[in-house]
Amino acid sequence: MALQSLDIIRRSATTTPSPGQRKTPEVAKLIDVTKCIGCKACQVACMEWNDTRDRIGTNHGVLDNPVDLTADSWTVMRFAEVVTERGLEWLIRKDGCMHCADPGCLKACPAPGAVVQYASGIVDFHEENCIGCGYCITGCPFNIPRLSPKDSKVYKCTLCSDRVVAGVEPACAKTCPTGAIVFGTKEDMLRHAEERIGELKERGFARAGLYDPKGVGGTHVMYVLHHADKPELYSGLPKDPAIGPAVELWKGAAKPLAALGLALVGAGAFFHYVTKGPNEVSGEIEKEFDDEK
Amino acid sequence: MTNHWVDIKNANVIIVMGGNAAEAHPCGFKWVTEAKAHNKATFIVVDPRFTRSASVADLYAPLRTGTDIAFLGGVINYLLSSDKIQHDYVKAYTNAPFIVAAGYGFDDGLFSGYDAAGRKYDKASWAYEMGLDGYARVDETLQHPRCVLQLLKTHYSRYTPEMVSAICGTPKETFLKVCEAIATTSVPNRTLTFMYALGWTQHSVGSQMIRTAAMVQLLLGNMGMAGGGMNALRGHSNIQGLTDLGLLSDLLPGYLTMPREQETDYQGYIDKRALKPLRPGQMSYWQNYAKFHVSLMKAWFGDAATRENNWCYDWLPKLDKVYDVLQVFELMHQGKLNGYFCQGFNPLAAFPHKAKIGAALAKLKYLVVIDPLATETSCFWENYGDLNDVNPATIQTEVIRLPSTCFAEENGSLTNSGRWLQWHYKGAEPPGEAKPDADIIAGIFLKLRELYQKEGGVFPDPILNLTWNYRIPRSPSAQELAMEYNGRAIADLPDPKDPTKVLVQKGQQLDGFAQLRDDGTTACGCWIYSGAWTEKGNMMARRDNSDPSGLGNTLGWAFAWPANRRILYNRASCDPSGKPWDPKRRLIGWDGSKWSGVDVPDFKPDVPPGDAMDPFIMLPEGVGRLFALDKMAEGPFPEHYEPFETPIDTNLLHPKVISNPAARVFKGDLEAFGKGTAFPYAATTYRLTEHFHFWTKHTGLAAIMQPEQFVEISEELAREKGIKVGDKVKVSSPRGFIKAVAVVTRRIRPLQVGGKTVHHVGIPLHWGFTGVARRGYLANILTPFVGDANTQTPEFKSFLVNIEKIS
Repeated sequence: MALQSLDIIRRSATTTPSPGQRKTPEVAKLIDVTKCIGCKACQVACMEWNDTRDRIGTNHGVLDNPVDLTADSWTVMRFAEVVTERGLEWLIRKDGCMHCADPGCLKACPAPGAVVQYASGIVDFHEENCIGCGYCITGCPFNIPRLSPKDSKVYKCTLCSDRVVAGVEPACAKTCPTGAIVFGTKEDMLRHAEERIGELKERGFARAGLYDPKGVGGTHVMYVLHHADKPELYSGLPKDPAIGPAVELWKGAAKPLAALGLALVGAGAFFHYVTKGPNEVSGEIEKEFDDEK
Repeated sequence: MTNHWVDIKNANVIIVMGGNAAEAHPCGFKWVTEAKAHNKATFIVVDPRFTRSASVADLYAPLRTGTDIAFLGGVINYLLSSDKIQHDYVKAYTNAPFIVAAGYGFDDGLFSGYDAAGRKYDKASWAYEMGLDGYARVDETLQHPRCVLQLLKTHYSRYTPEMVSAICGTPKETFLKVCEAIATTSVPNRTLTFMYALGWTQHSVGSQMIRTAAMVQLLLGNMGMAGGGMNALRGHSNIQGLTDLGLLSDLLPGYLTMPREQETDYQGYIDKRALKPLRPGQMSYWQNYAKFHVSLMKAWFGDAATRENNWCYDWLPKLDKVYDVLQVFELMHQGKLNGYFCQGFNPLAAFPHKAKIGAALAKLKYLVVIDPLATETSCFWENYGDLNDVNPATIQTEVIRLPSTCFAEENGSLTNSGRWLQWHYKGAEPPGEAKPDADIIAGIFLKLRELYQKEGGVFPDPILNLTWNYRIPRSPSAQELAMEYNGRAIADLPDPKDPTKVLVQKGQQLDGFAQLRDDGTTACGCWIYSGAWTEKGNMMARRDNSDPSGLGNTLGWAFAWPANRRILYNRASCDPSGKPWDPKRRLIGWDGSKWSGVDVPDFKPDVPPGDAMDPFIMLPEGVGRLFALDKMAEGPFPEHYEPFETPIDTNLLHPKVISNPAARVFKGDLEAFGKGTAFPYAATTYRLTEHFHFWTKHTGLAAIMQPEQFVEISEELAREKGIKVGDKVKVSSPRGFIKAVAVVTRRIRPLQVGGKTVHHVGIPLHWGFTGVARRGYLANILTPFVGDANTQTPEFKSFLVNIEKIS
């Protein structure tokens, strides 16, 4: 078994216990937006490590490129020009999977084991189990997963689970030239964030703060923001993200009902077979079928 | 850099101006982040655009492109008039007390001695008043009306905050905020660093922009200090190495200079460069010029260089003029060149006025391109529609492409901005027939030598006698070349202190340039690199990053020229009595018998504090120059001149002298300069972080990050011209046009200049007609064919365009 399969705490659409023999600490990536210069080295490192290559696109009248996340671009820089009380600010945010503690994608996924959550907190997609239904996209409060037109599987940032399992930081953190992306245990990252926020407040950013939204149980990718009171300034980072009511309903209250319905259908079919015998195909239909061939 | 990358972390105030470090030097920029995080540094960006650097700055000041001297002249005026200079430093370590000759003057935009017909100055009056003792006269009270400080005050008194704002378009309050932040470093225990790049060099007054900032640093006492200095961020991993090794047409290795055609006499050539002290007791280190020069000639010509033949002085070419790139392409355009070797560079893309460059290349008989990539230059004869609209049938130039290796495919050293020579190792085999540049040049040389041997020639001597003792003659190794530039003893070198002892044995590598001799007993290919590969081995490959002082001066990491010194002028970090101005920034100190410390002293090690010798040992007066004597083309004090293409068609300081009166302009180019009436918008070209020059459009990942050509304009200009985000626009200058996507942004704002609104058009330069990114127009289709009056670096940063939406 691959090491990262031995410390799974949750799997999509699965009721049997997950393998949890390995002990790994809870990790987090901290993105200090106030240190980020938008150089996109993280985007390049991500593609290099994961061997994905997006298409060579076009310019859409902005510096963002690729202009949105895709099945090949698991992270993109989003550039926002905003005017605050400090004047013009160019807020540059590295967007990608937040690795929620309470992941909407996992909750929404109907394919057994297609979405897993490790003890480290990393939420990973096991694409071999993905059925391409796209429910995870609906389930994600951050609009992150992307369906590949090539193989109809959904892809997103893995937080470099294959690196982290071997004790090295994600490729983006490794490459970041200004130290805007750092990686470690969630505890350490919270402490580091606290220091940074103190420094920012000294520098006049009175509303500086951490983005670790409670609506999704906290995240394993966190931001230090200069304007933590207005996350939406950062290219629409949701202020209070939460798993959508449809997913909550579908996977919450509705789930036993649906299971009951499914069981009833099965039972009905069984009784039909027992009482009526197998369905038979009429000779007419069989002839039609043969003609088509 | 006078300092180095790591040292940026020691600054209290960091100004990025004439550059965009976050964008163009993201890795080095980490030290700005360090200074902010651990030194609570204030970070300021001054630029026509709100750049990626500005996005993390504490303060951003906009200014109109090409007006940096006005801005910095205003800073000088602010510092002098509000008495925010470091008095002790200025008095002891600058030429502020020196008295200037009576004939010097400045009037209505021109300095004394102007020759309008020749567009140049007779600089005789730009001099010190000399005493009967043969030394320059000084007035220690700084009150003499012709002492440098008083002249400086008068010169910059015109640069009031109001005038700065009128010329630069910088709001007055913002300008004053920048001044206040700068002024906080006039105390001994705070430093300011300037980080600049091609945003200063690429102007017709580029050298003077840099000089103005250097003068600010002298006034503040920031030269020689940890966290201070003038820090040029070089735009290519080894461009520092290129200039160090003398690849510019008027230089020899190590900033020795090529003789001019009237310098036919060897001793005269040396004497002019071996400058005698202008004040008593000064070191005037260039007095050693002959040692460096003779050792160079011995490295090149070995036994053939003798005292009798003046070390082959007659074999050196003598310049009738400087053959900078603009001059060469001008001559090529006139049909005066037959062949051109183009090694690791792409002039069709990289030089101004692409149409002229292309037409010039078409007049060659042959063009040899040595490059790892299929550059635009090597395809200049191919038709790419609007992108390169030529008729191949009419071009007879034979183009020969010699594929070369990339840096990662060979061993060698790269010299970074901080003057560190860092050795690197081959990481991969080159593809196909690619060869290292040294092998290609060796092949050409050996063939040439063979032809001269067989067929003779008018003047075969330098070719036949060139030292070529490489183990494999057709493939000189990086190690052999490095050992050659370090230098070695040709005979046993006696110890100057005890001539009975041998200091260096014949054949051994030298420890450094202090061992060089002018008697032919040493050979050294580049004196400033001496010490890089000694008997102890390859100093450039050292990787000990221990940092005992915490100041980041890691003397065991690689090798920094000169002499492994990390911070130039570091004697100036101590006061005349030898005490550090700031104990926390102690770089060197006097230990009772010599200078030592966490840096290699930039001083004669055994001269005690209190001696007459001053810290700027390379200069004959021993002190920093606020007044530049005759060293600059356009004047001893920097003066604001407009770009040759100015959107205001005047100079607010002196309407009769608009642009640099000493800049060289070729016939035909002057007429092709745009006027604000027809081309109303100030344009500037620049790099993006996603790309490196015209190279990375050949790599998929970089092309994905920024795939297609665009230009940046303000929301106001977009509204005026009916342009929306993402529209296709045509940008034109008198020299041609480009088409690109419009990025409409708040980061560029209209500026109020002398009662007029000036709009900027920002033009990233990375696209062209070869590579894997979307094809685009070479930005230099638009740029003017004129350069800085001192260096001839083209004026890529300030010119005029028009812009219209393509319907």
